[in-house]
Amino acid sequence: MSKIPETLRYSDTHEWVEDLGGGRYRVGITDHAQELLGDLVYVEVPDTGKAIHGGAVCGVLESVKAAADLYAPLDGTVVERNDGLGDNPQWLNEDPYGQGWIMVVEADAAACAGLLDAAAYGKLAES
Amino acid sequence: MPYIPHDGLETAVMLAAVGVDSLDQLFDEIPPALQVHDMVLPEGLSEMALQRELEGRALSNAPLRCFAGGGAYAHHIPAIVWEITGRGEFYSAYTPYQPEASQGTLQVIYEYQSFITRLTGLEVSNASLYDGASGLAEACLMALRIQGSDKSILVPENLLPGWRRALDSVLGLQNIRLVSVPYDRATGTLILPADAGDAAALIIPQSNALGLLESVDALTDWAHAHGLLAVAVVNPLALALLKAPGDWGTQGADMAVGEGQPLGIPLSGGGPYFGFLACRKPHVRQLPGRLVAKTVDGQGREGFCLTLQAREQHIRRGKATSNICTNQGLMVTAAAIHMATLGGHGLQQTAVLCHERAVRLRELLTVVPGVSLPYGGPFFHEFVLRLPHAAVVVRDALLGHGLLAGLPLSDWGMGEAGDLLVCTTELLEETDLLAYRDALTAVLETL
Amino acid sequence: MSDSIFDHDHHFPAVELPSDIPAELLRKAPLNLPNPAELEVLRHYTRLSQKNFSIDTQFYPLGSCTMKYNPRIAHTMASLPGFARLHPDTPAPAMQGLLRVLWELQEWLAAATGMAAVSLTPAAGAQGELAGVAMIRAYHAARGDHGRRKMLIPTAAHGTNPASAQMAGFDVVEIPNLADGDLDMAFLDQHLGPDVAGIMLTNPSTLGVFERRIADIAARVHGAGGLLYYDGANLNAILGRVQPGQMGFDVMHLNLHKTFATPHGGGGPGAGAVAVQERLRPFLPLPMVTRAEEGALHWLDEGDLPQSIGRLSAHGGNVGVLLRAHAYIRRLGRAGVGRVSAYAALNANYLLRELQRVGYQAAFPGRRASHEFILSVSDLQKATGVRALDVAKRLLDFGIHAPTIYFPQLVPECLLIEPTETESKATLDRFVAVMAQIRQEALEQPELLREAPHHLPVGRLDEALAARRLDVAAAQ
Repeated sequence: MSKIPETLRYSDTHEWVEDLGGGRYRVGITDHAQELLGDLVYVEVPDTGKAIHGGAVCGVLESVKAAADLYAPLDGTVVERNDGLGDNPQWLNEDPYGQGWIMVVEADAAACAGLLDAAAYGKLAES
Repeated sequence: MPYIPHDGLETAVMLAAVGVDSLDQLFDEIPPALQVHDMVLPEGLSEMALQRELEGRALSNAPLRCFAGGGAYAHHIPAIVWEITGRGEFYSAYTPYQPEASQGTLQVIYEYQSFITRLTGLEVSNASLYDGASGLAEACLMALRIQGSDKSILVPENLLPGWRRALDSVLGLQNIRLVSVPYDRATGTLILPADAGDAAALIIPQSNALGLLESVDALTDWAHAHGLLAVAVVNPLALALLKAPGDWGTQGADMAVGEGQPLGIPLSGGGPYFGFLACRKPHVRQLPGRLVAKTVDGQGREGFCLTLQAREQHIRRGKATSNICTNQGLMVTAAAIHMATLGGHGLQQTAVLCHERAVRLRELLTVVPGVSLPYGGPFFHEFVLRLPHAAVVVRDALLGHGLLAGLPLSDWGMGEAGDLLVCTTELLEETDLLAYRDALTAVLETL
Repeated sequence: MSDSIFDHDHHFPAVELPSDIPAELLRKAPLNLPNPAELEVLRHYTRLSQKNFSIDTQFYPLGSCTMKYNPRIAHTMASLPGFARLHPDTPAPAMQGLLRVLWELQEWLAAATGMAAVSLTPAAGAQGELAGVAMIRAYHAARGDHGRRKMLIPTAAHGTNPASAQMAGFDVVEIPNLADGDLDMAFLDQHLGPDVAGIMLTNPSTLGVFERRIADIAARVHGAGGLLYYDGANLNAILGRVQPGQMGFDVMHLNLHKTFATPHGGGGPGAGAVAVQERLRPFLPLPMVTRAEEGALHWLDEGDLPQSIGRLSAHGGNVGVLLRAHAYIRRLGRAGVGRVSAYAALNANYLLRELQRVGYQAAFPGRRASHEFILSVSDLQKATGVRALDVAKRLLDFGIHAPTIYFPQLVPECLLIEPTETESKATLDRFVAVMAQIRQEALEQPELLREAPHHLPVGRLDEALAARRLDVAAAQ
C-alpha cells in the first residue's frame, strides 16, 4: 500500500501539492505514481518563470520502460525547480514526498479548489 | 514443400489436435467472400534452378570499373567482414529486446557507437538510421526539437541532390521550410548566408556534392554566432583524415550525420546502407533511434542493453522522437568489424590512398585535350571534370570501355552539361587510372 | 569483465597526411581507433556472435516479428558480385539484370496483396508507414479536401502507427477494441466525419485474431470519405489466403523482413515496400522501376510521377533486401506462397491448444488464432507473483527465445507467441514441454523464475543504472 500523507492535497493525475504559505505550493508525484512508473531515469521539469495550467501537460517522466506526462495540478507560475533530479532521478522513487519534490509554484489560493484530500485520493489510487 | 517441415502425418495429427478437418477450416472466421484461391505468381523453382536464373541476371549487369561516387563508394571490404557478419547468430537475430540473449549484437553496437564518436569527435552516437539522407532528415527534426520554436533549416545548394529530395519529402510533411544557401559558382563552395531567419540549424557538408572541401570552421562559427545548431554532413572514411566535426570552429559542430556505406558495406545497387548520427551529450534525449549502454547485472557482471527506450515509438507512440523502429543492425555489425579490421591506422592509410589516387587521376586527365577543371579548391577523393561534350554522352561511351566514368552533374541539375563528377578509391590502381585516361582520350577523339 | 575490442591494440607509426589539403581542414590528432590483428578481430566478433540467440540456433517465437527461417540461398544470391558491386548510379542499360529483379518483385507483391501498384523504396516498415500516410495526405490535398486532419488508429496498434501518422502531420485518434478483439464500431461511427483522413489497421489485428467486420469497416470509412491503411506486419497470417486489396484497403506496407523471410540482422535492415490501389498510384514514392514497351527497364523519376510524395532516401531503397525477398518468392512460387499462411496458422493454433492443455490461459479463448496468439499469465501473477517477464526470462535458460511480452498493452501479463510455418511439430512439442515445466516451477519455486535467466552470459541487467549513468561509448 502506497503512502498518502494526510497533510497534502492531490490531483487525479497523481501529483501532490503542499501549501507552503504565502501563495507558494510545492509539487511532486505521489508514491502511488512512482510505483506505477517503476525506476525513474529522467524527469523534464518546466523552467522557472513558466506559467502552468491545471490539468495540462507541463513535463515528462521517464522510467526504464515507460514514459508519462507530468500534469500541472494547478494554475500558476513555476518559481523554483528541483535541479538535483537531473542527476538523481531515483529520488522520485526513493523519497517522492521529500527529496523527490519537483517544483514550487506560485498560485492563487483558488487554484487549489479542485484538489482532492488524502482520503479521496486514496480511493482513486485504489481503483 | 520448401521451408515447411511438416509431413502428411504430422499435419493430420496437428489438425486433429486443433479439432479441425482441414487447413482451410483454420480460416473459418474469415468471411468466405474475402478469401482468394489463386494469385498471379510464377511457379516455384528448385534451389538449383533459382541459382541459375539469378546468376544469369547478375551477369547481365555489366561489370564496370567504378569511378562514380556521389554518396556511394566502391571500397575493398576485407574477407572477414562479411564472413563474420553473415554468421547466423548475427544474420538471423532480432532486435536485442532480450539483452541476456543478445549480448553479442549489443556489444557490437556499443563498439560501433564508440568508433563513431571517435571519428566524429562528438560524445554520443546512436545505433544507426536507414541511410545518410534519411538520417539527415532525422537530424534536422532533432535540431528543430532542440531549438523549440524555429520553423526552417538552412540547406546548402551544394548538398547531394538525392539528400535534398529526401529532406523535401520528410520535412515537408511537417511544413518545415528548407531555405537554400547558395554556393559560389566560381569556387564551388558555400557563401556565408546573409541572415539566419527562423532557422534551427545550418547543414554543413564536408565534402560537398562537387567533391570540394568547405571552410567548416567559419561556417560552424557563423551558425553559432546566429544561434543556430551546426549539423555536419560527413563521409566517415574521410574523417580518418579530415578534422572531426567536434573540432570545427571554436565550439565544434553540434551533430554529425553521414552515409556509413564506405565502412564495409557493398554498393548493392543503392542499399541497404546505414546512416550514422552523433551528437553532444546534453542533446541525447532528442536523439532518434536506438542507443546501447553499458551496465551491470545482479552479480555485478558487465553487460549491455538498449537504453532511453522511452524516447522511442514502441513506448512513446505518437509522441516519440521518431517513428523509426529498426536500426540497420547487420550493416552496423559489418561496419564495426570493418573498422576493427582496418584499425585506426588502416582507415587512415585507406583514406590517404583514396586521396592520392584522385590527385593522380586529376593530373592525368587534365592533359587530355579539351578537358579542364572548373574548380581549384582542395578535395578528398572526388573532383569535377569539365568535358568538351555532354558528360552524359561521354559517360555512356565509356561504358563500352568497361568504365563507369563518373556522374554527370546535369543528372542533378547542377553545373554545366560537360561536368562530370569523378571519384577514386583505393581499389583503383595506376593501370586503372591510365586506362581511364586512354579511354577518355579515345572517346573524345571520336565525338 | 567482458572482452573489449579496445583491449586489442598494436602500435603503428603515424600516417603522413596529404600536404595539398590545408592543415586547418585536417584532423588535429591521430584517429584513436584500436589496431587489432586480423585473428584477434575474427575471434572477438565470432565469440560475440556466440552470445546471441538467433533463428539459426534457437526457436524464436517472438510475436508480431515473424521469425521464420531466412533461406541461405537468398543471401548467397544477393551477395553475387553482379549485384553486390553495382553502383546505384549505373545507367539503366548497364543494370538490366537488377532492374528486372526489382520490376518482377513489384509485380509479384502487387499480385500477392491484390493491389494495383508497388514502390519498393521504403527502407523499413516504419518508413513504409510514413510513405503510406503521406500518400493519404497527398491524395486528399490533390482533391482540394484540406480539412482531413485526423487519423484513426486502434489502441492496440503497433507504436509505429501513431508515430508515423504524427510525423506525417496528422492528429491521432485512438479507437478501442471490444472484449472479443474486434474493433468498437460504435466508437468508430462516432468519430467518422469530414475531418477524418483515414484509418490504420492491422488484420489480423495485434490481438492475434481476424477482424471479422473488415468489409463493414471499409464501407463506413469510405462512406465518410476516408482511406484505409493496412499495416502489413501480420501479412504472414493471410498470405495466399486473403488480400488486403480485397478487404477494401487503399494503401499498405509490407514488412519483407517478416513475411518474405529476409533476415532481421539484429535489428535491420528491413524493407517496407508500399502497395496501393489505382487511385493512389500517382503518389507513390520514388524511384520505381518501369518497363518500356520494347521490354527495356528504367527508373521512374519526378518527371514521370509529378504528384509523388518524393524520395525517402538517397537511392532506391534496400536493394539487397529486395533481392532476398525476390529469391524467396521465386523459390516458393504460387503454390509455396499459398502454403505460408496455412502452415503458420496450423502451427499457431496447434501451439495454442497444447499450451491451454498444460494450463495456460488464452486471452481470446473463443477465437481462432491467426498466425500468433496471446496468453495471459495473470493467474500465475495472482497465485505466486510470477510475471510474464519472469516466464520470458526463464525460457531463455532452456535455449528458447522469449515471446513478445507486454504487447499489446491492453492484455495484462501477456505473452504474444508466433511460431511461424518453418518450425516443425517436434520443436513445438518441446516448447510445450518446457512451458509446462516452467508453469510447474512458477507454482512450486517462483524465485527460480524471478531470478532467471541463470545460464546465460549475463543475468538481468540494471537498466535503470544504464539510463542514469548513460555509458554509451568507450572512454578514451
